[in-house]
Amino acid sequence: MSELSEATRRAVEAAQAAGAGEAEAYASRESGREVRVHGGEVESLTAATQSGIGVRAWIGHRVGYAYGTDLSEAGVAAIAARAAEAAGIADEDEFAAPPEPAEIEALAGLDDPSVETWETPRVAELALAVERTALAADERVVAVETAVYADSSERVAISSSAGVAGEYESSNCYAFLQALAEGEGSRETGLGFGLARGPAGLAPEAIGAEGAARALAMIGAAKPESRACPVVLDPTVAASFAGLIGGALGANAVQRGRSPFAGRIEEEIASAAFALHDDGRDPEGPGSAPFDGEGVPRRRTALIEAGCLRSYLYDTYTANREATHSTGSASRAGYRSLPSVSSSNLVVAAGSLSEAELLRAAGEGVYVTDVAGLHSGVNPVTGIFSVGASGRTIRGGELAEPVREFTIAGELVAMLGAVQEAGAEARWVPFGGSVKTPPLLVAELSISGS
Amino acid sequence: MSAANGNGLIEPDVAERVLARALANGGRFAEVFAESRQGLTMAIDESRLESVQSAAEEGAGVRVIDGATTYFAHVDGLDPADLERAADEAAAALRGERRQPQALGALFSQSIPIERAPAEVEAATKAALLRELDQRGRGQGEEIAQFSASYMESRRRVAVANSDGLFAGDDRTRTRIGAQAVARRGEVVETGAETLGAHRGFELLEDDPGQIAEQAARKALTLLDARPAPSGSMPVVVGGGFGGVLFHEMTGHGLEADHIQKGASVYAGKLGEMVAQPLLNAYDDGRLPGEWGSDGIDDEGAPTQKTQVIEEGRLVSYLYDHVTAERDGHEPTGNGRRESFRHLPIPRMTNTYIAPGEAKPEELIAELESGFYAVSFGGGQVDPATGDFVFGVSEGYLIEGGKVTAPCRGATLVGNCLDALAAIDAVADDFWMKTGICGKGGQKVPVGTGQGHVRVGRMTVGGTAR
Repeated sequence: MSELSEATRRAVEAAQAAGAGEAEAYASRESGREVRVHGGEVESLTAATQSGIGVRAWIGHRVGYAYGTDLSEAGVAAIAARAAEAAGIADEDEFAAPPEPAEIEALAGLDDPSVETWETPRVAELALAVERTALAADERVVAVETAVYADSSERVAISSSAGVAGEYESSNCYAFLQALAEGEGSRETGLGFGLARGPAGLAPEAIGAEGAARALAMIGAAKPESRACPVVLDPTVAASFAGLIGGALGANAVQRGRSPFAGRIEEEIASAAFALHDDGRDPEGPGSAPFDGEGVPRRRTALIEAGCLRSYLYDTYTANREATHSTGSASRAGYRSLPSVSSSNLVVAAGSLSEAELLRAAGEGVYVTDVAGLHSGVNPVTGIFSVGASGRTIRGGELAEPVREFTIAGELVAMLGAVQEAGAEARWVPFGGSVKTPPLLVAELSISGS
Repeated sequence: MSAANGNGLIEPDVAERVLARALANGGRFAEVFAESRQGLTMAIDESRLESVQSAAEEGAGVRVIDGATTYFAHVDGLDPADLERAADEAAAALRGERRQPQALGALFSQSIPIERAPAEVEAATKAALLRELDQRGRGQGEEIAQFSASYMESRRRVAVANSDGLFAGDDRTRTRIGAQAVARRGEVVETGAETLGAHRGFELLEDDPGQIAEQAARKALTLLDARPAPSGSMPVVVGGGFGGVLFHEMTGHGLEADHIQKGASVYAGKLGEMVAQPLLNAYDDGRLPGEWGSDGIDDEGAPTQKTQVIEEGRLVSYLYDHVTAERDGHEPTGNGRRESFRHLPIPRMTNTYIAPGEAKPEELIAELESGFYAVSFGGGQVDPATGDFVFGVSEGYLIEGGKVTAPCRGATLVGNCLDALAAIDAVADDFWMKTGICGKGGQKVPVGTGQGHVRVGRMTVGGTAR
């Protein structure tokens, strides 16, 4: 048994000794680094190690949580005692109970040795290459605000008094930049990014080129005319919307009457062109793991198929409320958070049209490449949204002049019903959680500009 | 490790040893930041007390600056061995000559005093408070379908020591409650939220905190009668208090010196220029007593201060941390902040506000034939480089014939900060502050926003009306 698993086992015992009937401990040990470059030089270099433990304690059907960074024997005992104390404050909830153990199947491909073998100067050079490529793309690219490379490798262990026990290792890395382009009296920014399990999986030139291309494409942007028209969402924007939909499909939101999808299982809620599933075991997905934040095996869950709502996402608690099974969707933002329902990797099904064909199918409309204000412009209860956007005009089925400072507005479920086509080329996007999606053509959305 | 004011988090001789190790391979500046944090959060939802969470974390971050490069390492734990490990990791990539840090001065501290430590208040009292919020929120009407409320207390003790001999500490207690209501009438569902928070202890909650529950519920109920917001360009009157988030987003972020120095702000090169009409004065003030965004020192040990950023329409100062101030040959303004010991400090706002003007709030509205009244926002976002911003309006009304008329749902304000700031043509004399959590570069810090009613002559409202 590893030191980390050993700490979780000790924490469970300590919580029970402090008065908890049942207990669960989740511990992680992480090391990571981040390189920020600017103007051809390393601006900052960060090396981080962190570890901690979070303990859930149940006294009957009352549950409490405590976490901390002190993994010494006395430290773990103190955290466990605080968890038991917290349980004593909470109210009785008949559905609060620890998950039953289930067989956990190992999942290969979650770590990439290049996170270890690529030394810091080499990943710094990767970040510098991202910046260089963007600056070299066009003389109108005047600067790169920041180019960043970051990675982390993590070991996670969980155990519980009910018999849950598991441990895994995974690594993740990403690089991104914000390019600045100037022209026609305006300044524009463009984001380029890439995700992988290790630096060997990143393509710095492609990341730099994307940031430059996005910034350059926006030069000379003006407000579009207000109208209702076909809209193509690029994958970064489609991912943000998919993330909102994934959130609204969490059983917690549904059961508490805070989701536009409540009470609509097996109803037609989307067009046949839109399908969505959650996949917690795709080795390419940044959110993949053998088990979720409470030790329940991760799996694939169909959410929307052939336009029909198939399932919500459940953790153990929300599953208990409906006498159903967890979908392995308890997520944690590390040991500092209680597990709660959230998607792992959302996957929007790809269609058959290339991007050019998608634009032709749109005819006259807007290609949206960026949205802002999603956290404030969307009512998660009703699904009504109005968000800031920028992108390009679509004229005669082709990309035309750039547009900015407008809003797109509508309602999430109606928008799903209006998805006319999904593109063929999907990519992983770190927005809206972790999402793999193609561009989507929506038959009609309201644009508010001038 | 229990002494007040950060004293005792790290002993001076340990700090000196850590700084010497950090400079073992050269560098012109080294710093150690130590932190110990305890917190408690709980919530009530479906009238059930839940999500009781208790936190205790400690750790340190060490940085070394050499040329234009910052080397940073952070570790969990505050044992001398942990701190030395962080120093060694930060120094690992440097290749220069050993340098000796200056001896540390006496500990500087000016922590904001609190009256009643939340950790010493019984859990049952906090639970009772949440039950009261629940009862009063639900009591606002049959149409309140869901209600939830949260309680948060946190105590952060920090200590900073650097190779220039600075040694400073701070003891920061914050308390905050929030209420969220969902109202339903048939198919129509609306939400309302309200918060109360301060850099204060439990005394914050002694004066009828339950009223925030009623306010949240009333917002949701009011919106049941709302019509979809209009779209188009029109005058907008922005409410006081959290309405100040408009200034925070559209101007405040653009004044943070890191954006300026990278040319990634529309305010770069505009110091001394008129950026607003002469009626506008604005400040960042980290010393407002008890305010949510106040601290005794910033996270680099500089005393917090009141900085005027706009004086009668003229841009007069940016907001600096240590690195950006040094680069500009400017004094730090006490704006070097970080979320925790796991983050590098960067220039951040504290409490940012538009100073009260001379107009009366009702005049701002009475003078308009038609327009939009944005009372409060759900949040906002800006790209400082382009100045483009977006705000979601959480409570808004039409203005017709000089009067506030129908409530509107789903309004978003979009625009460009230079234009919108210059378009502010009236500032009212009512003034108050509200709390916010501001995100930048992946770091969240508590900030205050404030103003009286403000009128923007013209702005794009993006609504859902067809």
